[in-house]
Order: sequence, then structure tokens, then C-alpha cells
Amino acid sequence: MTEQSHLGQSHLAVELHGITKRFPGVIANHDIELLVRPETIHAIVGENGAGKSTLMKTLYGMHQPDEGTITVNGTLVQFKTPTDAIAAGIGMVHQHFMLADNLTITENIILGAEPVDHRGRINFKEARDRIEALMTSLGATFNPDTNVSELGVGQRQRVEILKVLYRGAKILILDEPTAVLVPQEVEELFTTLKRLVADGATVIFISHKLDEVLAYCDEITVIRQGTSVAHTEPSQVTRRSLAELMVGSDLPDPSGRETKVGDDVRLQVTGLNLAGDIAGAKLALEDINVAVHAGEIVGIAGVEGNGQFELCESILGLRTILSGSISVCGQELSHTETRERINMGLSYIPFDRHREGLLLDAPLWENTFLGREENAGLTNGPFISRNKIEADCRTIIDRFGVLTPSEQVPAFALSGGNQQKLVVGREMAGHPKVLLAAHPTRGVDVGAQAAIWDELRHARDNGLGVLLISADLEELIGLSDRILVMFDGRVTAHLNPATATPEMLGTYMTGEEQGVDG
Amino acid sequence: MKNPRLQRMLVTSASSLLAVFVALCICAVILLITGKDPIEAYRTLFGAAGETKVLQGALNRATPLMISAAAVAIGFKMNLFNIGVEGQMRVALLATAVAGAAVDLPAPLHILFCLVVAMASGAIWAGIAGWLKVKRGVNEVISTIMLNFVALSLVAWAFDSFFRAESTTGSLLVKTKELPTSAWFPDIVERRLNGMFFVAILVLVLFYVLVWKTKFGFQLRASGANAGASRVTGVNPKRMVMISMLLSGALAGLVGMRALLGDVHAYQNNLAEQQGFNGIAVALLGRNHPLGIFISALLFGYLGEASGRLQLIDIPKEITTIMTGIIVLAVVIINEAVKRWDDRRIQHKAALALESAAVPA
Repeated sequence: MTEQSHLGQSHLAVELHGITKRFPGVIANHDIELLVRPETIHAIVGENGAGKSTLMKTLYGMHQPDEGTITVNGTLVQFKTPTDAIAAGIGMVHQHFMLADNLTITENIILGAEPVDHRGRINFKEARDRIEALMTSLGATFNPDTNVSELGVGQRQRVEILKVLYRGAKILILDEPTAVLVPQEVEELFTTLKRLVADGATVIFISHKLDEVLAYCDEITVIRQGTSVAHTEPSQVTRRSLAELMVGSDLPDPSGRETKVGDDVRLQVTGLNLAGDIAGAKLALEDINVAVHAGEIVGIAGVEGNGQFELCESILGLRTILSGSISVCGQELSHTETRERINMGLSYIPFDRHREGLLLDAPLWENTFLGREENAGLTNGPFISRNKIEADCRTIIDRFGVLTPSEQVPAFALSGGNQQKLVVGREMAGHPKVLLAAHPTRGVDVGAQAAIWDELRHARDNGLGVLLISADLEELIGLSDRILVMFDGRVTAHLNPATATPEMLGTYMTGEEQGVDG
Repeated sequence: MKNPRLQRMLVTSASSLLAVFVALCICAVILLITGKDPIEAYRTLFGAAGETKVLQGALNRATPLMISAAAVAIGFKMNLFNIGVEGQMRVALLATAVAGAAVDLPAPLHILFCLVVAMASGAIWAGIAGWLKVKRGVNEVISTIMLNFVALSLVAWAFDSFFRAESTTGSLLVKTKELPTSAWFPDIVERRLNGMFFVAILVLVLFYVLVWKTKFGFQLRASGANAGASRVTGVNPKRMVMISMLLSGALAGLVGMRALLGDVHAYQNNLAEQQGFNGIAVALLGRNHPLGIFISALLFGYLGEASGRLQLIDIPKEITTIMTGIIVLAVVIINEAVKRWDDRRIQHKAALALESAAVPA
């Protein structure tokens, strides 16, 4: 299932060859091939962080590729800014809507591209006529004078699409458009997209939801770890084989470990229920039961957004749970604050190092001190002890191989992989009893990944209990002693890494239920 | 120059100096347009710098500015913009004038009592904005601005209705009952430099120690720099907002004390006017650092003190007010530009240092 040569080269709407985009220390894009036939819905699928968005930013002119060529409708192009891409007929519908709530649909659509007469006045009639014509072709039925604030999510998305069409786009990029939609709206969206395609447009559709990709798209390009690994069609794949392509099939052997899992339970979660963000909505977490022993790594597999984040926040005490109990080393945590839980030996490698892990403008030594203010070795009564903190930071830098000129450099100056090593080092430095490791190697290069894995194994051998949240099957199978799969806020499968196949994982991760251990 | 911290400080200071220089240039153009000679104006304005009397006056004027800048800066460190220093100061002024006149205490205790009342009343007023933000999510910029107006009217009404004293000297200025002399803050230099100057210095020193040297200060800065990252380490962001608002308000309460305890010794309507607002400008120019605040307060104090001289050569002294405004604008713009440049420089340097050191993977 590699590239299909029968695709007519001369008739392609978009043709990307050898696209490489480097960011220091992070996988971005490497040698990507993308061939999109005109008048099709072309899906780009891949895990979070696989490089889909980076690729689309390249195509939309938001940054320039380091290597490779972009051809649009047979013409070799170079986009310096999105304006160039728009001029070439490419439009982007962002995942997060960019609409002004207190303006009407018409005003929002024409904003920045107003039809003006010779005196500089906006010709609203002309604008409205064009928008109504576009709406008809789209099958949209709303009044263009409605305020955007009165629209629902699905309708707002329709307005975003109209905005792009109004600017003359023939090739539409939609970045995870269904992430915010309910199933019925998803159907409506695809009806709209089919109409557009029938009228001669081309749609590039980014997603990691396999069902809708298989149901509605004409062709599929799979991106994994920054490169294109397959170009196929829905008729040639199943959901399972697509999931396998997405997460990779070369699985490592589960590491033959020499130490044994300890007997004492470090982390125990029993019957945990957590309410959803919206009142009345379904539970964010439903009857979660997890136990992590000393010296054990328990992997939580799952596509992002299926409750893993909420589980971590509940264990940390950042969310008020509905019912159930959480204990660390036998101590029930119900009425303890986050800081106390951390002092009891709980540690956390957050999902997103920039949002929750680092003070980017602060020097590294302040970053390794973050969250460790109760550590008597780094403080002097109520005062911080800068010399000790700096020395401690240098130890972390050496131990984890963080590449940096010194501990005085601000964190933003480091590459992604080195930032992550610093976060991991900080969380391990306090000799925790339980570590919640959320995507500990996401978006880091191979070298940093190996180093972090080694540290996790080493700490496990010394008795650390680890709850490993990951979507990387290599990581899950290579590190875990047991694997649980989460889907839709529930644990849907228990797997043994020695016998689990990527196919099994892919199946459970996309929603199939299993009873007991496989 | 290997120390990155020193480098950053130098870059910061240089950008503030550049801002002042740019502002002086723009003011020179304004002077030229109005037909005045800028060189003569600046010679007159800065020629007084050697005179002891002028310097004493500058320090005296700098005193409240240092405190109000510290009040603003402590909010900034937590990513809070307390624009309500003026209102908090006003509430504290009346409360202290009334409470101070109502009690009888030996001198040092009486002063201490007044300072405590001032800090408490300022903190309470600022606490309203903090409470609104924590409980209701009201942006503190909006609430503190609004509370300034509320404070102004409330204090004026309370003063007029309950606390005005009968004038004894026949002066037209209405005041509250005069504070007993035991509450008067002594001068360092008779009628020129009040002892509150030392309190201001103490405030800056304590501000430095608290924010840069203590665990609490670290959490405050971390919470301001990245609330998400502090939250997962168990620092409650709402608690931090409340504490920093209260601290900021307590300092705001002290701003007017030089005027009240050291000069007028009673409340009157225009007492210490604008000193809360001017602190914002001083904090911006001083980059929220105690040393920067000290220097900026001194500069602004000096401009205020020496501006009168301009009238001798027929230049309106308001030119220094315009200058202050332009300095603030220039600081904001230039600091941002310089920061971007400096960030790129640091990133580039870190990358270079690694290229030469890194072992090929």
C-alpha cells in the first residue's frame, strides 16, 4: 500500500514531493509525498504529533519547507505567506474558528476582502448576492444577516468554509474539522463537502478518526512520525489495517526485564467517576479501576481525548471526582490538596510541556525548582537557596543529558527534546513513589526518546510505579508490564504487552470493547 | 561577559535608557515646533542636577513613586495589572487621617499604627477587585479602574459629610482634624526630605527579598509566568491572585503617607493626587525590578522638581509631563522590540554553543 502510480501526474490538484521541515530537536516533516487528485476528498490521517499540521502549514504558506517542492494544478509554486496560497486558490479552515461574534455572517465573510466602490464604501448588496449564491451551492440555509453569536458550532464551521470559498478557494484544507462536531453535524459537514467536490473543489481533510475517513473520503495519505507511510483508498483498507498503518507495525519485543514487579500497591484507583465539563453531559470518566505496583509500568493506550487527561487530573487532585477512591501507597487521597499529594510521592510529566511543564522565559534552574519548593535540600526556611538549586539543576542536566550551555539559559532557548528531558529529570529528581507520565517522549527526536525510556526503566527497576499514558505503541509495548486501553472515558481492554498485536491495540483504541485479558 | 543573567540585565537597562533618550528626542521636536530652543531647555532642566536642594526635593518626590511602583510591580509579577493604586491610596488616606486623629499614642507607636491602618485599608479596597476576579472572573483591569471612581466619590462624600473639621487658621482649604504631632513622620532634611524616604527604600528591599528570594515569591512569579504549570504543582492560582492583590493594595495604602504623615498632617481633597497612577509609569520604566524602580522614581521625581526652572526661560513646565508620557510609550514599544531581538539572540547562542559541543547522534 505505498504510492499508487496510476494517479495521473498531470492532473493533480496538489503535489508535494520530498517535503522536509526541521525544527530543532523535534520531528516535524521528513521526505513527505502527497498527491491529491482534483475533485476528491483526500484524508490525511495520523496520530497527534505525527506532523499533519506542520505539513498543512507548509502547504498554506505559513512557513517554508527546508526541502521539497509544492505543485498546485501542475504549476510549481513557492508560498511565502498564506496570501500567496490564497492567491493560488488554497483555503484553510482552522480547527479553532476565527469569527467575530458580534458581526453578521456577511460581515464576517467579507472581513478583509470587502467589495468596495470607487469611493471606498462597502457594497453590501454585491457581497450578500455572492454569499447567497455560495450558500445555495453549499446547501446552507441561513440568513446572511444573522449575528454569528446566534449560530451553533456546525453552522459556524459552515461560515468558515464560506469565508474560504468567498476568497475564491478551489482547494480547501480542513484541520480536524470534526473534532468539535456532534455526529449529526459531522454528517451535514460531509454532505456539504460532497457538494463542493461535485462543483469542482478539492478537499484535504485532516483527521485521526478512522471511521469518518473510511466512510466519506476518496483517498487517504497516512502520516507517521513525520513522514508519509502510505497512500491508499478506503476500499483497500479496513479500520484495523489503517490503525496499524497509523501507529506503525514494527513493534519491539517487550523488554525482557530482570527485576520483578513488587507486591505493594503504589497507586490504586477504584470505581472512579468524574462528571463531564458540561452539566448533564455524560461522564468524563466512568468506573475506572487501575492499580500500579512498585516497580511496575502500567500503560494506558488510547487516542487522545478519551479521558486520559481527566484521569491524570483526578489523581493529582485538580478535579473534584464524583465518586470512587484514589490512594497512593495505601493512603486515601480524597481530602488532600494537590501539593500534599505531590509531597506524598506523586509526580507528573504533563501532556504538554509548554502549557503545563515549563516556565519558558525563566532560566533552567528555576524550571527544575518548579513544584519542588518543599524540598528541604533546595531551600533555607522560607528562602530559596539559589546555589543549591543551581547545583541540583546541573545534576539533572548531566544525568539526563540535557544539551545546554548552562543552567542560566532560559528554557525557550532549548530544543523540544531537551526541554522534555529537563521536565522528565525534574519529575524524577524528587525520587517519587508514583509517576504519572503523559506522553513522555512526544515530539522528541530518537536520541532523546531512547534516553527517556532508559531512565524510566531504570527508575522502575528501583521500585518506581509508573502510569504511562501514551499513543505510541512502540513505547507502550516496549515499556509496559500491563496495558489498559481507554476509550470514551472507560477502560475498554486489558492487554498483555507480550501478546498484544498492533491490530488488537488499534481495534480497541478505536472503540471496540473487550471483556478480559487478551 | 559570560554571565547570561548579567547580560540580560544590561540589555534590559540599555533598552530603558534608549526609551528615555528617544523620549527626549521627541520632546525636543515638540519644543522646536513650539518655537523654543530644546538645547537651552534641557540645559536648564538637567543643569540643576548638581544642586543639593534639588536632589533632596527629587528624593522626596520619588518617595511615594517608589512605593506605588512597587505596588504595581508586585501585581505585574503575578500577571495582574492593578490600576487601582490611586483609589486604594485614597481610601487609605482618609481612613488613616481619621483613625490616626482619633487615637493617642506615643510617637513611634502612633506612626506605626497609622502605617498599619493605611496598609490594611488599602488591602481591603484592593481585596474587592481580587475577590471579584477569583469568585466571578471579573478582569482586574476593569474592576480596579471602576473602583478608582468609586473610591474617589466615596471618600469625597464621607469626608464632606462626616470628617471635615472646622478651619482654625482661616484657610479656605477644608481638612480633616489635624493629626497629633506624635503621628507626624519626622523629616530627614527640614521641609525638604521626609523620613518616609527610608520606608520607601525598605519597601523596595523587602519587595526584592520577597519576590526573588523566598519560596512564596518563586511561586508568585511562576504562577504569573505560567499559571498552568504552577497549577499542576499544586499552587492554587486563585489563592495567588488574592494574596498578590492584597499585598499590592497594602503597599498602595502606604503611597500617600509621605504627604499625610510627613507634610499636611490632615486629609484634604487633592492630597497625594496622581501618585498612584504615576507609579504605573515608574514600574513600567523600571521593568518591575526594585533597582529599576528606584532609578526611574528618581528620574521622575527629578523631572517634577526641576520642571519649575523651565518657567524661568519661558517654557511651560508641563513639557515634563508630556515627557513622562512619551517615556512610558517609548518604554513599552522599545522593551517589546528589544525583548524579541534578545530572545532570538539567546536562542541562536544556545544553538551555536550546542553545535560546537554536541556529539553527533
